[in-house]
Amino acid sequence: MSATPIISLSGIHKRFPGVYALKDVDFEVHAGEVHALVGENGAGKSTLIKIIAGAYGLDGGDYLVEGVPAQIASPSESIAKGIVVVYQELELVPALSVAENIFFGRLPERFGRVQWRQLYAESTALLAQVGLDVDPRTKAGYLGIAAQHLIEIARALSHQAKLIVMDEPTSALSPQEIERLLKLIEELKSRGVGVVYVSHKLDEVLQVADRITVLRDGGRVACKEAVGLDEQSLVSLMVGRALGANFTDRKAVLGAPALEVENLSSASVRDISFVVRAGEIVGFSGLMGAGRTELARALMGVDRRLAGQVRVGGALLPASSPVASRRLGLGLVPEDRRESGIFPRRSVCENASIAALESLSHHGRIRHTSEREQVGTWVERLAVRTPSIEQEIAKLSGGNQQKVLLARWLLVEHIKVLIVDEPTRGIDVGAKAEIYTLLNELAEGGLALVVMSSEMTEILGLCDRIHVMRAGQLTASYTREEATAENLLTSALPLASARA
Amino acid sequence: MKTFAARLLRSEQTGLLLALVLLCIAISLLSPVFFTALNIKNVLRDASLVAIAGIGMVMVILLGEIDLSVGSTQAVAGIVAVAALNASESVVLALVAALACGACIGLINGLLVTKAKINSLIATLGTMAILRGGGMVGTQAVSIQGKVDSFIDIGTGYIGPLPIPVLLVFILFGLFYFALHHMTFGRYIYAIGGNVEAARLSGLSVDRTKIMVFMLAGVLAALSAFILASRLNSGQPNAGLGFELQVIAAVILGGISLTGGIGTLGGAFIGILILTVLSNGLVLLNVSSFYHDIARGVVIILAVYLDTRRKESLLRRMLGSST
Repeated sequence: MSATPIISLSGIHKRFPGVYALKDVDFEVHAGEVHALVGENGAGKSTLIKIIAGAYGLDGGDYLVEGVPAQIASPSESIAKGIVVVYQELELVPALSVAENIFFGRLPERFGRVQWRQLYAESTALLAQVGLDVDPRTKAGYLGIAAQHLIEIARALSHQAKLIVMDEPTSALSPQEIERLLKLIEELKSRGVGVVYVSHKLDEVLQVADRITVLRDGGRVACKEAVGLDEQSLVSLMVGRALGANFTDRKAVLGAPALEVENLSSASVRDISFVVRAGEIVGFSGLMGAGRTELARALMGVDRRLAGQVRVGGALLPASSPVASRRLGLGLVPEDRRESGIFPRRSVCENASIAALESLSHHGRIRHTSEREQVGTWVERLAVRTPSIEQEIAKLSGGNQQKVLLARWLLVEHIKVLIVDEPTRGIDVGAKAEIYTLLNELAEGGLALVVMSSEMTEILGLCDRIHVMRAGQLTASYTREEATAENLLTSALPLASARA
Repeated sequence: MKTFAARLLRSEQTGLLLALVLLCIAISLLSPVFFTALNIKNVLRDASLVAIAGIGMVMVILLGEIDLSVGSTQAVAGIVAVAALNASESVVLALVAALACGACIGLINGLLVTKAKINSLIATLGTMAILRGGGMVGTQAVSIQGKVDSFIDIGTGYIGPLPIPVLLVFILFGLFYFALHHMTFGRYIYAIGGNVEAARLSGLSVDRTKIMVFMLAGVLAALSAFILASRLNSGQPNAGLGFELQVIAAVILGGISLTGGIGTLGGAFIGILILTVLSNGLVLLNVSSFYHDIARGVVIILAVYLDTRRKESLLRRMLGSST
């Protein structure tokens, strides 16, 4: 591969507020090469794709397209250079025909009239190239996901694509459809098109890729020829790291069962059973979209439970009443602070006390003095950095907002079980460590904690027991001693060896 | 005192209050009648109907909802009040009947919004039309005259120097100010309006609070209906036409944001006073009544525009300081 690569990125850096998303990453794709990109959730894959597509700018490094510095400021400019991304969420317009979708925004026209015959002829040729046998006049919405994926690829080809980036292309496909897609990729290769293949399915990656780049925590840990690699060695490259010094070893003293879940099902999770004892931290791991947040919502009763029972401190919760859940001592700190956690225009004090107001009031009248006292105590104990408790919460940093949301439930005197969904998302490193210490202290104080997290280190460092979810179901369960990053990831991934 | 002054300067209502003061000064310069006790009493009495119904509207809008049915409620509850009055010859029973009628209307609105999950704009647009039509059908489009003499005292009488409706406004303002700022009820309203998803996840009774607020809005609209009926000594199926827009306009002018969770009762009252003083001033200056609506429309648009501008610059400053 001596020729100039189609794209070549070197020393790429990308920062977001609070997150260093890519650190010094190199990545290149040659003509006729399939270069796979793998990594855990949050490793930086999506960010890298979006940089290639021109959706994000760079904070450092060089991006060359065919040896020339790329002046790409938007996805449409990258498409003009022959770089096309097929995203996991398809972007077809269901009400338009297949042909109109392929040539969307570029319909052949003369004097303002669409040249339908030309459109259909060119579409038919492209569809033949991707091996899809449908009439180009069919509405795209009538076709299955696999066919829609192929249409996206046909659209990419219509742009004279030199490089096609496929983001999780097979996540919704059947085995036969996957075979067909992989065959198509082989064909694209032989025609000199470069392919970036992003997937969690390591068996496919190993089958189709020439080279594999592994990202971890925003850095490139390996770029190797696929020949000679296997699933296990990839998994250990993806996770292989020492646990941070953030975690203290806690000797769990377990009490009575605080949360008992039996055969719980909702619209998004199925047949989940587990128990959390007082003083225990139980974690839920899994890939993005595995159903952790949905489980948290079903436990709290925000999403209606269709089947199964949830008991808090022995008392049965009604199927869909967050009010009853709160009164019986169950709390939830949600994943998305801004959307579903904070009351942005209200003060720290009002945000913290809202769930505990019943005990902070007398016949509906708020006892302001004890409210301020108790909020003040927790604000101090959690070291929330705020000029005063009257400060608007939106003006605090993410970490401090998160502490206030924890305080919201800790102020509830009878709290028995606290579910924390992504406890440290979007929080800087220092605040992370504080939150870990706090969660440990709370467990030592006898609170039962459920932690939903996509961060492996977090789950491994905090939890006494870890359940792994995939597609809305529990797939495995490990004690603290058994759990390793490898077996968590193995249970979370749809691996060929684990598939029936 | 120093902190009070500082708070006043920072307060969102300062600009509005200033506008009200300037408006009063301008009108009194143009008309010597404005600053007489009689005229001020008139202004306050004119403002009282909007103010009473406005308290309910403030709470509804703080929740992020809207209630278009208050005008029709004013007609129907007024008719119910006078019918009950004539049947029972008791002013108290007439009041109870009117308030119960308002509570029922509010309950229906609340159930439509929470349980049937119909957008409140649509739901109350529907009840508005139904009630208006119902009032017409029930009375054959003819107003009913009150037959108990003491009835008109409520709307036109005085306690000490104050008209009874104005006194009522003061009492209700005190009550609801307390409820909004010192009771769990008010906290829940601001929380739900500020972020309904967060409120639900925090285990607040979102539906129950909303139903309560719609019921209170209905009761307050019915109270304003009772006062209006008493003042006219009749229940009229045409009463309160366009009243809902008058109320909504005034509280929005007073800084109650349609997105919910933002604004105060005090601000809303200043908004109500500005619009009342404005039309009073135009009357005193012998401006034709057709121009009143135009002036009101201009003031509302201008006020909301300035408010949006102010918030944007505030936001820019906040963003600028944080990065």
